[in-house]
Amino acid sequence: MTTTPTAGEQIVHARGLTRDFVVRSGGWRRTKRVVRAVVDLDLDIVAGEAVGYIGANGAGKSTTIKMLTGILSPSQGTVRTCGYDPRRSRRALAREIGVVFGQRSQLWWDLPLRESYRVLAAIHRLGPGHRERLDELIEALDLEAFLDTPVRQLSLGQRIRGEIAAALLHSPRLLVLDEPTIGLDVLSKERLRAFLVAERAAHGTTLLLTTHDMDDVQRLTDRIVVVDRGSVAYAGDLPGLVRRVGADRVIVLDLEEPTPPLADLPGTRLLATEHDGLRQRLALLPGSTAAAVLAEVAGRAPLRDLTIEEPDVEDVVRRLYATQRAGG
Amino acid sequence: MSVAALAVLTQTGWKRWSAYRSAALAGAVTNTVFGLIKAAITMGAVGAAGGTLAGYGAIEGATYAWLAQALIAPVNVFWSNDLVDRIRSGDIAVDLSRPVDPQLAYLCADLGRAAFSLVPRGAPPLLVGALVTGLALPGQLLPYVLGMVSVVLAVVVSFACRWLVSLAAFWLIEMRGAATLYLMTSNILCGLVVPVHWFPGWMAAVAAATPFPSMLQAPIDVIMGRVTGVDALGVVGVQIAWAAGVLLAGRLVWTLGTRKLVVQGG
Repeated sequence: MTTTPTAGEQIVHARGLTRDFVVRSGGWRRTKRVVRAVVDLDLDIVAGEAVGYIGANGAGKSTTIKMLTGILSPSQGTVRTCGYDPRRSRRALAREIGVVFGQRSQLWWDLPLRESYRVLAAIHRLGPGHRERLDELIEALDLEAFLDTPVRQLSLGQRIRGEIAAALLHSPRLLVLDEPTIGLDVLSKERLRAFLVAERAAHGTTLLLTTHDMDDVQRLTDRIVVVDRGSVAYAGDLPGLVRRVGADRVIVLDLEEPTPPLADLPGTRLLATEHDGLRQRLALLPGSTAAAVLAEVAGRAPLRDLTIEEPDVEDVVRRLYATQRAGG
Repeated sequence: MSVAALAVLTQTGWKRWSAYRSAALAGAVTNTVFGLIKAAITMGAVGAAGGTLAGYGAIEGATYAWLAQALIAPVNVFWSNDLVDRIRSGDIAVDLSRPVDPQLAYLCADLGRAAFSLVPRGAPPLLVGALVTGLALPGQLLPYVLGMVSVVLAVVVSFACRWLVSLAAFWLIEMRGAATLYLMTSNILCGLVVPVHWFPGWMAAVAAATPFPSMLQAPIDVIMGRVTGVDALGVVGVQIAWAAGVLLAGRLVWTLGTRKLVVQGG
């Protein structure tokens, strides 16, 4: 049963979601320790949204995803995904969602890639119409060349493309990607992102993405949720997060000749100078533009080259964690 | 789950195993060589007992040994199960993200595996047995028909037992101890070493209280025509009861296990 997503429909609705794990350690004297992987988490995703779910290793991202998809039971709290209680209706929900765990495979290791789609079509009860969908995915993800290769012989990039096709074959309403680009080279990542953008444009699939790759976040999501120690540390858009933690874009100026530190340029804050002022790094303060700064620089020193560094989101998240911990 | 899905999963089990033909060949050679040794020992034991032992003459004893060797792979008497690895590695999360009943899906895959291995792993020991010692097999068709039903049930009982034991991986990090204990117990009590009918009374009683004789002794008794008619149906009935009981136990333990599931490795 597949229904077309209607705008504003809740795809994920989680309230007070909590998951504890009991960790046993030690030899003779066994100690039990309760680790709170996810603590009192609220999360809402509406149909058609693309949400980046980010946080450090161990922040609780994967545990959350497993609770949303019915793989793990919450210790406390409630969650509904695509209108289902994931634990009670795991199988019905599985027909509505596609999941890719970047570090695990859902393909049949020993068999040609093509076989995995045949089995998945059968277990998802897809009619003959699925061939059209499969052809579309083969074309878009460029799978044709290795459809008859056993999965164990595929390169990582090929396998991940195969995994994405497997997750999308049944045209799910929600696509969950857990670190999909991990280990891929720059070109493969870029092609995968282009595919996902086009796929979402064509089918309106809701996307929940966990990643450490900030280019993924920038290219693929329109909203981010940052988790820290199991709780939401930030929810909003990326520029908002950058503003909140005060991470600035950085202009790196390479000048023709040694120049005294440009400490008083309006709209900037001097970060560092190198080589007697031949290279100077300036933080671009909110509200000012690179063009205005350049015009100002031109009057003071001859410019040879410049680069603009976007804030690194990994760094932004780190700063967010730091402010959170300082504050609470 | 639809019948079509179950059929495709079964077929996939077949295909996965047929991808490794040299492994099947190596297994067949091993089973056959050990069959020669076991047939010789069994015939020696029958001879030492004065020509018959618990209803087995020399050729019947050898036939028992050859049939047991032929069924090792299809019934999967020795441990080989993905499930423990999947629970340990956390890949079980992938199984849980599919719209299938995991036990039924794994059972289908195992039936496909058994169906593939039946001829390549079963025929060589029987052919060599027929040439070297001769086989004492019934002349009618019925024991073979009922025998096939019994073999399928043996595969199901074996699967159900391994599924149940594998689920211990939800609680134990290290499964080697449990697997070894299971292997030792099941291999002896299923009749792999000597027929269950040769066991002393107390040991036969222990065996009868376990599903293990249903994995090997039962199909061999039916195929060899040692039990016929209503008795044969009784043996098959016992197999059905064990299959249903152990599968059900496996479902209950699965539910408990997934409730406390810790998916390893994020």
